[in-house]
Amino acid sequence: MSLDQDTIRRIAHLARLGVDEAENATYARSLSDIFAFVEQLNAVDTTGIEPMAHPLDASQRLRPDVVTETNRREQFQKVAPRVDSGLYLVPRVIE
Amino acid sequence: MHQKSLSELAAGLRAGEFTSESLTSHFLDRIKRLDGELNSVVTLTEAQALQAAREADQRIAAGNAGPLTGIPFLHKDIFCTEGIRTSCGSRMLDNFEAPYDATVSEKLKQAGAVMLGKTNMDEFAMGSSNETSFYGPVKNPWDRERVPGGSSGGSAAAVAARLAPIATGTDTGGSIRQPAALCGITGLKPTYGRVSRYGMIAFASSLDQGGPFAGSAADAAVLLQAMAGFDPRDSTSLDRPVDDYTAGLEQDLDGLVIGLPKEFFDEGLDTEVRAVMEAAVDEYRKLGATVKEISLPNSGLSVPVYYVVAPAECSSNLSRMDGVRFGHRCENPKDLDDLYTRSRGEGFGAEVKRRIMIGTYALSAGYYDAYYLKAQQIRRLIRDDFVKAFEDVDVIMGPTSPTTAFKLGEKADDPVTMYLSDIYTIAVNLAGLPGMSIPAGLVNGLPVGLQLIGNYFEEGRLLNVAHRYQQVTDWHTQRPAGYA
Repeated sequence: MSLDQDTIRRIAHLARLGVDEAENATYARSLSDIFAFVEQLNAVDTTGIEPMAHPLDASQRLRPDVVTETNRREQFQKVAPRVDSGLYLVPRVIE
Repeated sequence: MHQKSLSELAAGLRAGEFTSESLTSHFLDRIKRLDGELNSVVTLTEAQALQAAREADQRIAAGNAGPLTGIPFLHKDIFCTEGIRTSCGSRMLDNFEAPYDATVSEKLKQAGAVMLGKTNMDEFAMGSSNETSFYGPVKNPWDRERVPGGSSGGSAAAVAARLAPIATGTDTGGSIRQPAALCGITGLKPTYGRVSRYGMIAFASSLDQGGPFAGSAADAAVLLQAMAGFDPRDSTSLDRPVDDYTAGLEQDLDGLVIGLPKEFFDEGLDTEVRAVMEAAVDEYRKLGATVKEISLPNSGLSVPVYYVVAPAECSSNLSRMDGVRFGHRCENPKDLDDLYTRSRGEGFGAEVKRRIMIGTYALSAGYYDAYYLKAQQIRRLIRDDFVKAFEDVDVIMGPTSPTTAFKLGEKADDPVTMYLSDIYTIAVNLAGLPGMSIPAGLVNGLPVGLQLIGNYFEEGRLLNVAHRYQQVTDWHTQRPAGYA
């Protein structure tokens, strides 16, 4: 299993992750090593084995559909990089 | 004062021998005096600690103190603490003051425990050596050229150096047990679902569990008691009563059946570490236990399974760090895509980026079945091995880590070698079982940890088995030179 630098660029883009061009080769090498290491899983016959989502096979709980949290917009927005009138500000997306 | 056990500290507080304020000042002084080189604490909350200590003193005087009231502790910087920076060891959250408390933070506050500060850790808990932190590596107090283990390296180093009597940690693949082993202290990872994950910054949600670090099993029992319990705000928290961990400590070990998995004693294990294991098992024989060889045939696959499951979950969990609602934002983004890409590129360090990319690739179109689904299937095989083993044995024992603490930088450039340092701990997370590490010897002056693995919800049994050993041995009372 070998990942080339174009694959690294594609994955980094999918993850919206800025990676320096200079680091691409290093990541290509270490990810290739890791996926080569992971390849041993292919040797295991897993026909008919249910994938394990929870160690005790527990499922998500349901609760009554009632409001339990209070509105804490101000506290939550206090840690935002830029807000205005209760809105999160980002660069213009619609011309 | 810093060498006292929790029960001695609580008794001293109640008898008025010292106040929580003086105890808190004592530990704050130790941190200021001794932590410079260790780098185990990233945020010291001195004013809040002294205030909390004075409140605890009032509570003690009023006669409604619990076992942790007035006791200082250090908190891993992965647990949200309202109004206090919660960095998770990352530049991304260097400016993040949590707007709410994690359930664990809230429970410890209610118990009257006094938070001294937040501890250093591998960035977003991704690491086995505490070298990936934005705030620099933590040093091992036994040898400052060596790593303390990770990811809860700050908490483990601080307890080993007695900068606090107890500390919190989290364990996704060994991040409590491995640093406990490398720093010569006691650490416990509970059953998945036992301790609330609410407000504990998520790395791999199906594996993460919070737990205690302490100087002994008896002390760990007290801290775990305060941390454990059902929490409706954590959708994977399990609604089961919490045992009284202290009450069960003294139980006799006569007739205890210990399983030794042959896969944990293969050629990968350091020979001197093996000798320590054998000596520890002999102690247990003297305490009345019988020993049986068992097999966990799929456990050898746990590291590759983990390096699919954990990065896949982390790539999803860390997508929330996008520079919009909290955390680091780049300067002058030219458009929204640039804002996301540059904020994340600048905010995350190399190991976190590597894991996000592994996970993104493993989950990308066309690869999901080959990687994530396959890994989750093998995960069930690993779990089933343990279920079968526990039909015949009460507790499983083996090494926590294949070697003692390694040198700083020694494995930093080789991720696969670094990942293999968690070879004996990861299977326990994949199976969701409780696991513990206790000091069992020294090799060339460095601590060796004995790992105890219990059946689901048998934290009490593990603490009991550890406590009985600590009553007849003194490895847990050994301290690194210079921190006496």
